[in-house]
Amino acid sequence: MEDVPAEAPEHCPGTQSESAGKVSACQGCPNQLICSSGAARGPDPGIELVRKRMESVKYKILILSGKGGVGKSTFTSLLARGLAAADSDRNVAILDIDICGPSVPRVMGVLGEQVHQSGSGWSPVYVEDNLSVMSIGFLLSSPDDAIIWRGPKKNGMIRQFLSEVDWGVLDYLVIDTPPGTSDEHLSAAQYLLSAGLTGAIILTTPHEVALLDVRKEIDFCRKVNIPLLGVVENMAAFVCPKCKTETAIFPANTGGATKMAEELGVPFLGSLPLDSRLARSCDEGTNFLIDVPDSPMTVAFNKLLTDVVKACEESRNN
Amino acid sequence: MLSGVKHIILVLSGKGGVGKSTVSVLLAIALKECGYKVGLLDVDLCGPSIPYLLNLQEKDVHQCPQGWVPVYSDQDQNLAVMSIGFLLKSKNDAVVWRGPKKHAMIKQFLTDVYWQDIDYLIIDTPPGTSDEHITVMENVRSLNCDGAILVTTPQAVAIEDVRKELTFCRKTGIPVLGVIENMSGFVCPTCSECTNIFSSGGGQSLANIADIPFLGCVPIDPRVGQSVEKEQSCVAKIPDSPVTAVFKDMVKILTKPIAGAEDGTAET
Repeated sequence: MEDVPAEAPEHCPGTQSESAGKVSACQGCPNQLICSSGAARGPDPGIELVRKRMESVKYKILILSGKGGVGKSTFTSLLARGLAAADSDRNVAILDIDICGPSVPRVMGVLGEQVHQSGSGWSPVYVEDNLSVMSIGFLLSSPDDAIIWRGPKKNGMIRQFLSEVDWGVLDYLVIDTPPGTSDEHLSAAQYLLSAGLTGAIILTTPHEVALLDVRKEIDFCRKVNIPLLGVVENMAAFVCPKCKTETAIFPANTGGATKMAEELGVPFLGSLPLDSRLARSCDEGTNFLIDVPDSPMTVAFNKLLTDVVKACEESRNN
Repeated sequence: MLSGVKHIILVLSGKGGVGKSTVSVLLAIALKECGYKVGLLDVDLCGPSIPYLLNLQEKDVHQCPQGWVPVYSDQDQNLAVMSIGFLLKSKNDAVVWRGPKKHAMIKQFLTDVYWQDIDYLIIDTPPGTSDEHITVMENVRSLNCDGAILVTTPQAVAIEDVRKELTFCRKTGIPVLGVIENMSGFVCPTCSECTNIFSSGGGQSLANIADIPFLGCVPIDPRVGQSVEKEQSCVAKIPDSPVTAVFKDMVKILTKPIAGAEDGTAET
């Protein structure tokens, strides 16, 4: 039933079905002729469009997590900024497919920017010369605007983002996702798998409530054949700025992400500490890696960055 | 549908990981301890956290002639729980569903669960403003829905998404009972220095801008996370935690106007 369009009549047999356009429910549907002719059957034409557009992108990385609020958008922004800063010849872009709660514009400090249309597609918003961003946040007229959409509309939007944005030639495309294992994730997987997806990085926090959902996300990746680059643990420990005592705010009662990664046979990429300055930096949209180079967060992240680059290159060679 | 349910409260947030499930559980327990019969419905299908938070992971749902029997967290059957987590074979199983299937499942949760007579039904939701929310809203709007509690953390990034959720409530006509700010500050257990890890004051300013009641600030207290994981109520077990006070006040706010305005049932 996944191919039933959003505004389909009740009891629509689905556009891919053998009886499309031929059952009584199709009577009066404006698309009856198209469906009965068989033109709607066959693979989604979007897949081919996405594949074409993605030909000029070397590495495509999905940032996933079953759980919300673990730092997907923050990590996405750090990763993109880190990749772009390390080599000025490297072109990096972020695509935010969190349709209902886009955070990337704020985290990247490009809130309120507009997207322009040109002959070759939508132009993304540039943060640096070699770092561009695309998000539904740029298409909303007010920050209060809510996107109240069911799945098929979100699916259409993601297809447009993947096939119609004029990225130019890119080395890295980092894709930020919403929490869960549903429409957005299925659509992204469906379009990107045929376009040479490099893999997914799974983000989590150390406590069991988050790990529970993250295990589901890993199961999802295995079910739909998304290669896993590894697991990153965020918000691991908090160091009191006054007395330097380390406290686990999200305690790893069940062994944390390391143990989960081991149990499920996924590479563990690293652990990032909790730093309140990073939260502030994200709210202000500044570049944390340059502003606070001495933070334990920055040190841990830079180490992780080289591992991510290595993992990407290895997966390309395989 | 939901005929024996007197009041329905939705727990919403545009942002993930802000503590919707924790707030739902603590609120349900606080209401239960005030003598109400409470139901807790988890409509987060892709990431159900309620069974874990109440330590009910191994429990099963049974069928009776009237429908599905929810799982009870206590002997006296004062707190009934329903979640997709009870229906999964393994904790690692992912529910990979698109919207229409989620819609059908939630519809079934709302129509087929035999809650019996309960005073409050608390509905815990996933983040966002999409399928799950539209389905719940469409079905609950015509019933005795008291309204929605919005949960946020103090950072601007979270507030931004919660503003979208507020617009969702306004557009769909769900009354907003108030906003609660979670993870406000962290008091270091060694030196008692309070650090605002995720900044502070965002919930209050959102309440002011949007002109909705502010229900309180919940500081970060690792003891609460741990007590929740052990199926104990912080309201009873850690009476000195500021979290306890917030929830006690919240129960007062939520029960007062309703008990007076309607048939005055469930007095404690």
